[in-house]
Amino acid sequence: MIRLEQVVFKYEDMTMSFDAEIADGCFLAIIGPSGAGKSTLLNLIAGYETPSSGRISINGLDMAGLGPHQRPVSMIFQDNNVFAHLDVWQNVAIGIAPSLRLSGTQRLSVDNALAKVGLAALAKRKPGEVSGGERQRIAIARALVRDRPVLLLDEPFAALGPALRRDMLDLVKAMQVEHKLTVLMVSHQPEDAQYAASHTAFLSAGRIVALKPTAELFASPDVAGLGEYLGDWRSA
Amino acid sequence: MNATLTARAPALLAPAVILTAVAAGFLPVLWLGAAQGFSGFDPYLVRVLRFTLLQAGLSALLSILIGIPVARALARQSFPGRAIILRLLTLPMALPAIVVIIGVIEVYGTRGWLGGAFGLYGLQGILLAHVFFNFPLAARLSLSALERIPPESWKLAAQLDFGPRDIWRLIEWPQLRGSLPGIALLIFLLCASSFAIVLTLGGGPRATTLEVAIYQSLRADFDPPRAAALAVVQLLLCASLAIIAQRWGGLMTDGPTLRGIVIRYDGKTFTARLADAVVIGGGLLVLLPPLLALTVSGAGNIVVSTELLRAAATSLMLGLATAAVTLLLAWPLAAARSETWRKASGLIVLSGWIMPPAVLATGWFILLSGHADVSGLAPFLVIAMNGLMALPFAYQIAAPAVAQSAARHDRLCAGLGIEGFNRLRLIDLAVLRKPLALALVMGFVMSLGDLTAISLFGTQDLLTFPALIYRQMGTYRIDEAVGSALLLGIFVLALTTLAERWSSARD
Repeated sequence: MIRLEQVVFKYEDMTMSFDAEIADGCFLAIIGPSGAGKSTLLNLIAGYETPSSGRISINGLDMAGLGPHQRPVSMIFQDNNVFAHLDVWQNVAIGIAPSLRLSGTQRLSVDNALAKVGLAALAKRKPGEVSGGERQRIAIARALVRDRPVLLLDEPFAALGPALRRDMLDLVKAMQVEHKLTVLMVSHQPEDAQYAASHTAFLSAGRIVALKPTAELFASPDVAGLGEYLGDWRSA
Repeated sequence: MNATLTARAPALLAPAVILTAVAAGFLPVLWLGAAQGFSGFDPYLVRVLRFTLLQAGLSALLSILIGIPVARALARQSFPGRAIILRLLTLPMALPAIVVIIGVIEVYGTRGWLGGAFGLYGLQGILLAHVFFNFPLAARLSLSALERIPPESWKLAAQLDFGPRDIWRLIEWPQLRGSLPGIALLIFLLCASSFAIVLTLGGGPRATTLEVAIYQSLRADFDPPRAAALAVVQLLLCASLAIIAQRWGGLMTDGPTLRGIVIRYDGKTFTARLADAVVIGGGLLVLLPPLLALTVSGAGNIVVSTELLRAAATSLMLGLATAAVTLLLAWPLAAARSETWRKASGLIVLSGWIMPPAVLATGWFILLSGHADVSGLAPFLVIAMNGLMALPFAYQIAAPAVAQSAARHDRLCAGLGIEGFNRLRLIDLAVLRKPLALALVMGFVMSLGDLTAISLFGTQDLLTFPALIYRQMGTYRIDEAVGSALLLGIFVLALTTLAERWSSARD
């Protein structure tokens, strides 16, 4: 359970405030207009931003004062998830030990993770020599070896085409089921939420306006601002 | 047809003038060099070449060894005063060489703050002054490389629990590795062709470089063939360095942005902060004393003599002429439209760097000596050389502005039939007023601080402000020299600061 209790964060002249409970094993899509605070919400949970007040806890453990690496969290960004001078295998292995000195079992787990995301054959390539989708798979494989219960995705597939995006969502969903992860995914594509997410949160102006089962949210006519955000998308 | 031709004329004239000036420099050198065959390559030349390479190599190495840790510490920490330190790092390059040298002498010289505990003349002094000039450059260029690291890398480092060594090995070093050869080459090139420092701090024939040896052959020994032999070697050295460095990422790279410090999650422990404070403090310990010494000793020794006023007037006149020449050469090159022309322009403006001043001077001397009175032409030669030296800086200011204006107005002007003089008057001058004025100031300031061209061509009657300071140093009037240097430094800094402020302010 991820719990946000009156978490307040001030950015320039905007004050954001989040209250939510996200159950274990939930696949939560986070949608909303730009500047609504979607990435900030993930950054607060991951420990990249510090709230000015309020409390964030994961599985009952207070996150205050814990650095990003001390939290039970992995985060994947839209770009730059890899180090260009390390090969694919090393980019995954770095999730286990930055020194890249791995034991036999650890090496095996890197191989397994690469096989699971379909990169086994590309292990020796440099990130510059693989496609954009494959680069994001490297990040997913790294999250696999890190094996943290919470996975945060900040528009990770925004640069990919529809078919590829769907493949990646399938991959994340399979991973979520197998490892019983709690997944939070920021997305600009409502259809991604509908395809993969059990729940969807709609954010606007630094507030979580609604957090409901996905189908229910998209069917709600009364969520303030949602109709405006989606435009004719819903009727189309 | 006629209109296009008139519009194109300056675009062709500027590169033609530059290339002619450059050819007049290196063709006679090559010709005279070839005529004497290898007889010019005596042990003296080999010794000078070896010393040139040695001091440039050591200067570049030391500058980088100090500059990189300073850059790393500045990149990792944000603290009040950081912007001031970044500004201080631009000072040595912004000040005329002779002014900085006076500051260095006031600290490390025989009667300086350290009481002459440090042997200033010879290799040590040259290295000290070169490091003072170039470690801030190495630090600024490294810092701008570090600033280009994507913010996600810092987030990843925090998530994956990288220690300082992991961050260095996996993030900082791989980023620096790419720009390091370019930085090293640039500093090596600057030190290999450095003139004022070696002239003032070199210890006679043992510690001299090609650039200064050429000057001595021309002006003291009246030995053009020897100058030509030295110049051939210097030309080959500098031209190949400049071209490789340009290929490697450009000689004219941007400094750090000063704005938007990337959020970093590392370096927050007490030990890390202490280490960074020590490193930055060490850098300041190299940087500040000469500037302070200059200010403190200079303030009590300002003597406004008629000699000084005359030198100032000469400098102002030469400076204004140089500024005009610089702008007239830089603007047409900056206005190059096609990709090919732009690339060619980028290389042409570097001719003053590819062709070191002493080489150009040698060629011009050889060419003119039989036909004209060189000393009568001195002011013009000084102006021409300083114009060439200022060209890369002026171009760098003008080119982006001209390109932006072209992108914004070209189609509109073509559609409305605004061209030629009307376009210049109505559109370009109005829009480009500020960058062009800044380019003018660049040329003016370069000329004001110049000791190279004036030493190569100057005469008894043609005495500029820096030449006067050098003369005061040489005639045991060091106190007066310090006062004059402070005046010149303040004037140049005030001028550049005001010009930059004015040009970056919104209308």
